[in-house]
Amino acid sequence: MTLWLMAGLLFTPLAWAVLTLLTDFVWGRRVTWVGILVQVFVSLGLWLTIAQNGGFYYDLGGWGAPLGIELRVDGLAVTFVLLTAAVASACGLHAGVYIDRHKPWHRYFWPLFWFLWSGLNAVWLGGDLFNLYVGLELISLSAVGLVALGGNANALRASVRYLLAALLGSLAYLLGVALIYGQFGTLSIAGVVAWLDNHSAPAGPGLALALMITGLALKTALFPLHRWLPPAHGIAKSPVSALLSALVVKASFYIAARLWLAFGESLGSLAAAQMVGLLGGAAVVWGSWLACKQAQLKQVVAYSSVAQIGYLFLLFPLTYSVSESISLQAQQGITLQVISHALAKAAMFLAAGNLILSVGSSRVDALAGVSRFLPFSLFSFGLAGVSLMSLPPSGGFAAKWLLLQASLGSGQWWWALVLLAGGLLSAAYLFRVYRASFAENPETDRFFHPSKSLEIIPMVLALMALGLEFVSEQVLSVMALPFAEEGAP
Amino acid sequence: MTLSLLYAMAGAALCGIGLFGLLRLSHLLRRLLAFNIMGSGVFLIMVGLPQHQSGPDPVPQALVLTGIVVAIAATALAVVLIRRYYHQSGMTSLEGESGSREGGPL
Repeated sequence: MTLWLMAGLLFTPLAWAVLTLLTDFVWGRRVTWVGILVQVFVSLGLWLTIAQNGGFYYDLGGWGAPLGIELRVDGLAVTFVLLTAAVASACGLHAGVYIDRHKPWHRYFWPLFWFLWSGLNAVWLGGDLFNLYVGLELISLSAVGLVALGGNANALRASVRYLLAALLGSLAYLLGVALIYGQFGTLSIAGVVAWLDNHSAPAGPGLALALMITGLALKTALFPLHRWLPPAHGIAKSPVSALLSALVVKASFYIAARLWLAFGESLGSLAAAQMVGLLGGAAVVWGSWLACKQAQLKQVVAYSSVAQIGYLFLLFPLTYSVSESISLQAQQGITLQVISHALAKAAMFLAAGNLILSVGSSRVDALAGVSRFLPFSLFSFGLAGVSLMSLPPSGGFAAKWLLLQASLGSGQWWWALVLLAGGLLSAAYLFRVYRASFAENPETDRFFHPSKSLEIIPMVLALMALGLEFVSEQVLSVMALPFAEEGAP
Repeated sequence: MTLSLLYAMAGAALCGIGLFGLLRLSHLLRRLLAFNIMGSGVFLIMVGLPQHQSGPDPVPQALVLTGIVVAIAATALAVVLIRRYYHQSGMTSLEGESGSREGGPL
């Protein structure tokens, strides 16, 4: 049973990528519907299996490490697999209606979409450093292709800039991997941890960890390495922006977090942890401030991503040399933040796409009067905003509450200030959008009405982000699931 | 100082050259070449650094083969995008852009 689920999870996206390469846009859409159904079913099945039996290591095709690919299937990984299934299917369904099928190059959306999905699954489940690199590259290359789908000079400029940043980040990560292999002679994360448990930490690999984290921070767009993100996420088509903001930046953060939690205690230092946290805090403030000043609606949402990514990096100081329970609290808070931001930001980008489609302009001040014509999409935008502002009841609130407790519990009260300032600033940039949409403009009273399915999808995602608060206990309980260590190298 | 350590040193030097080019050059094709030089540097470090008593280690060589495939794919994508960008805008660098400057009015 598990074997079939794993095979389905890894094989379907790749097979569908090849299949959709052969079809036109409309057929690609039909084929994709089937694929989404399979993926959702398989992800849900795997999640239930893990929740029942605990996690395990899985050797792909029966080939063990170091030459084979070893996957680590644990509670956190399957939670993110399930999150990917939810967000990606929403974006896929939305894109099928949203993207103009008359432009011939738009049919490449489907293969890129499926390659992206397979890369994401590979990263969530990856157990060794090099396969994580391959997964990351698969994600980056398909994400760049999706940004370039716009076809005009601005979209191409944004995608070239994104590609160069992503490649530099990958090379820094790969250099770190080379140094780790040179030192420890193994690529498996568990193998390196086992080595570190038996020996005292040498001086060299600290540099390797720093290189890998820096590369991943560049790919996650941590301040001040964030400048490639707003153009790319702002100019891509709305379902693509939703995929990029919700899932793609989370993949590189997930690897950075896994590395830090595995090696940080022995290879990291207090100064490095505080430094990363400080950059995260600066991202929250600076990203929110710039979001307040953007004239384009999607740029507001993109800079909001820069700010929300900043919260994630508070994981580094909040888990370094603190007690076990506080570290767990911080990890849980960050996990909830990843999930709630993924759902809320996907909802927000999709709703913003509907609003732009409706008023025919991407400027914030062009939204005047839209509240009377498109209240449903505006309501989805608002509900997603509730989670981003971390008001109760929402997944964002539950996440910030855990982070607040962790920062006060570990005596690092200054991170609590960041959390408060971030909440207030996010309210500022979101209310600016609402104010513009509730303003009355006598000159424009003609609005385009997008189809109902376009409006329902962001609403579902926004409601999921809100509902996360009520199921956070169950979501977090899978992280503590037993993990069978047999098969570990 | 063994021969393979010399490879690793050369790799580190290539990485430095590539990084400098990637950050300081503006012509997109040159930046792409700089990326490739940096990538070759990383691969050299990868095969040169693991030292064994019993001859060369096969695992890094397998990794580098995969890495080369990834680098070729990335380079091909970048060349296509740069060419298309040049046809659309007539520019060979990312400079001179308005509208994505931070903070400023759009």
